[in-house]
Amino acid sequence: MNGEEPRIGVYVCDCGFNIAGVVNVPELVDYAMALGGVAVVREYKYMCSSPGQEIIQKDIRELGLNRIVVASCSPHLHEATFRRAAEGAEINPFLVHMVNIREHVAWVTKDRREATEKAKALLAAGVARVARHTPLERREAPVRSELLIIGGGIAGIQAALTAADAGRRVYLVEREPSIGGHMAMFDKTFPTLDCAACILTPKMTAVKNHPNITLLSYSEVVSVDGYVGNFKVKVRRKPRYVDETKCVGCYECIEQCVYKTPKFPSEFELGLGKRKPIYIPFPQAIPLVAVIDPETCIEFKTGRCKKTCVEACGDRDAIDFGQTEQVIELDVGAILVATGFQVFDAARMTNYGYRRFPGVFNALEVERLAASNGPTRGEIVLRDGRTPTAVAIVHCVGSRDVNYNPYCSKVCCMYSLKLAHLVKERTRAEIYNFYIDMRTPGKGYEEFYQRLLEENLHLIRGKVAQITDIPDSAQEEGKLIVVAEDTLLGIVRRVPVDMVILSVALEPRADKEEVRRMLNISCGSEGFFLEKHPKLAPMATMSDGIFIAGACQGPKDIPETVAQAEAAAAEAIALTSKGFITLEPNLAYIEEALCSGCQICIPLCPYNAIELDREPMVARISDVLCKGCGVCVAACPSGAIRQRLFEDEQIMDELAGVLTR
Amino acid sequence: MMPTEPVEPKIVAFVCNWCTYIAADTAGVARARYSPNVRLVRTMCSGRVDPQFVLAAFERGADGVLVCGCHPRDCHYTSGNYKTLRRFLLLKKMLAQLAIEEDRLRLEWISASEAEKFRKVVEDMTDRVRRLGPLRANGGD
Repeated sequence: MNGEEPRIGVYVCDCGFNIAGVVNVPELVDYAMALGGVAVVREYKYMCSSPGQEIIQKDIRELGLNRIVVASCSPHLHEATFRRAAEGAEINPFLVHMVNIREHVAWVTKDRREATEKAKALLAAGVARVARHTPLERREAPVRSELLIIGGGIAGIQAALTAADAGRRVYLVEREPSIGGHMAMFDKTFPTLDCAACILTPKMTAVKNHPNITLLSYSEVVSVDGYVGNFKVKVRRKPRYVDETKCVGCYECIEQCVYKTPKFPSEFELGLGKRKPIYIPFPQAIPLVAVIDPETCIEFKTGRCKKTCVEACGDRDAIDFGQTEQVIELDVGAILVATGFQVFDAARMTNYGYRRFPGVFNALEVERLAASNGPTRGEIVLRDGRTPTAVAIVHCVGSRDVNYNPYCSKVCCMYSLKLAHLVKERTRAEIYNFYIDMRTPGKGYEEFYQRLLEENLHLIRGKVAQITDIPDSAQEEGKLIVVAEDTLLGIVRRVPVDMVILSVALEPRADKEEVRRMLNISCGSEGFFLEKHPKLAPMATMSDGIFIAGACQGPKDIPETVAQAEAAAAEAIALTSKGFITLEPNLAYIEEALCSGCQICIPLCPYNAIELDREPMVARISDVLCKGCGVCVAACPSGAIRQRLFEDEQIMDELAGVLTR
Repeated sequence: MMPTEPVEPKIVAFVCNWCTYIAADTAGVARARYSPNVRLVRTMCSGRVDPQFVLAAFERGADGVLVCGCHPRDCHYTSGNYKTLRRFLLLKKMLAQLAIEEDRLRLEWISASEAEKFRKVVEDMTDRVRRLGPLRANGGD
């Protein structure tokens, strides 16, 4: 230990009224004065502000403080701030300890006396603990500059281009045969009614042509090891049975396939269109390379196909039925997760008849019908080819509903209005929008809504109770009847229509749990990936070096997704640009004199950081491999393993402190 | 001790830095109200919680001890929580021999997003320990 007597400065933050409104701060200050080793106690309105930090720095210099306790918010929020402040006054940053009296006391305790007592106990613990702190040095570790981006939707595309333009090597991994994600499926985008393909396709092409981007389509990340700056990633490349380097996307193989007409439901067209066993998912696909579906290809099923596709391919010789799955390994410094969303399965709401009534569609399906490259070449028609004369658009399907998802999916009001416009434009049908609340915040969004109000839509405020095909009257015969309470008129309405569009919620991906575990990040209660801080670090995660962008973090529209993707790319570039990163010093270490070489610790370490040194028969811990979890420390029977910043004495004194009152 | 006023139990919660400490922060942000009896001691991983810490907590006046970490398969350090579980099971047996009631020690997995679970566990634990009464009244020194 560093020998000198502790001279502790205690700083209690009011956090405006956040803390001072609940905790009796003057009483807490008086209490802290009497604690052992305390040289000065001060209260300030906002300790984290510059003047607040300057108070600490001034005291360090003038009063010769050598330990600092800040009683304020969570260390996850401001520990770095106060450590930096201490460093600025030339004391070691690890002589600072934070006591959380905001999130853990003021915000959760009603009674002023109880809150004050709890704050006293936590403060006593912090003061006792910090007296045991010793100066520590941060480690530096080299950082690789390569970036892995998981997901090739608009978020992943944008992030890849930003990072690649900054000179970074980017690996973009996309599960599907083509990048583009959901955006590639849309016809128009709100509120400008830009054609989605027109604004997305150039970006997709740019990804393909960028010398710094390695596009790994039809591939999935299967494992992530290592740590910030040095991740080791395994990517599974699924066999396309077409050599990507040889295929030129000429479509000749597809045209010459023994299936003369497309026969199998196209994944990209959500089953509304058909494809052959060899196909390109959509004309603008990147990479523009055919893929063979072994489930439907006759050669794979029987081995006796005429293989007209191979013939058509000719000298290019791109088709390779013998292609196998490959696993490649990548070394990257940071990972950006942009895995997007999936739409709510409307069949879960049985009262809406999705998949039971052919006239009921989800909004994504109607996007495909509306798209000029879609299965109907942009004609919005029913499954039997008829043009609808009346169309209902039901908002909030699976959103704002405690039975499904309590949250608002944010984009549905706007895309419902957009679809109302498109359907009206293409079919001249009567449009009935059933909404709960019309939510149109965003640049140009309210104006779009106002414009739509003049397009003769029927806007009915009410949640749809059911969609039925049982008529009540002659005019309902052969129709789907949408039943809802019009809450503005206070009456129940039955609206007969030909087509119902369900504005389905944006949900977390079904495999979010596997992805989350693989990357060691968290999901929020609704299942979207959890950001480090909801306001100040919306694209970082609690795992250093892993960033999130786009709808995998929560429902958002395209402009927001693009902004977050660029921000996440910038964060990843910032992290990796120095060439090294500093790591926390909270590592385990061995007191050799106490170690008996029993080796109990060795199999416990998840990182294989501990080795036995046979001469002189002691365990040794690698500073590079140790992550500082402390599992070995708790297990060592002779107390020979210790952990910096979590020494037994520090924890024991903290423990005694929390039990003082 | 004044017999008229019921003694409030003291409970120590050892929480990991990555899941349960954040759950407690999230509970704060959500302004969840819970009883002030539970005091948190943070370690990087629940696997750092030496059984001696738990015994020391009881010795120094805790009426109950909570050990909280990430859910199985969710440990920030891959597997620290499994080691916690092993030690916990052994510790439970030991506490029984020391005549410390089973309900006074509890292991809970609380993820970063489970603020409500954190609140419930704290309330429930406080309630159970309150019903058991102070630890020393049941033996001890």
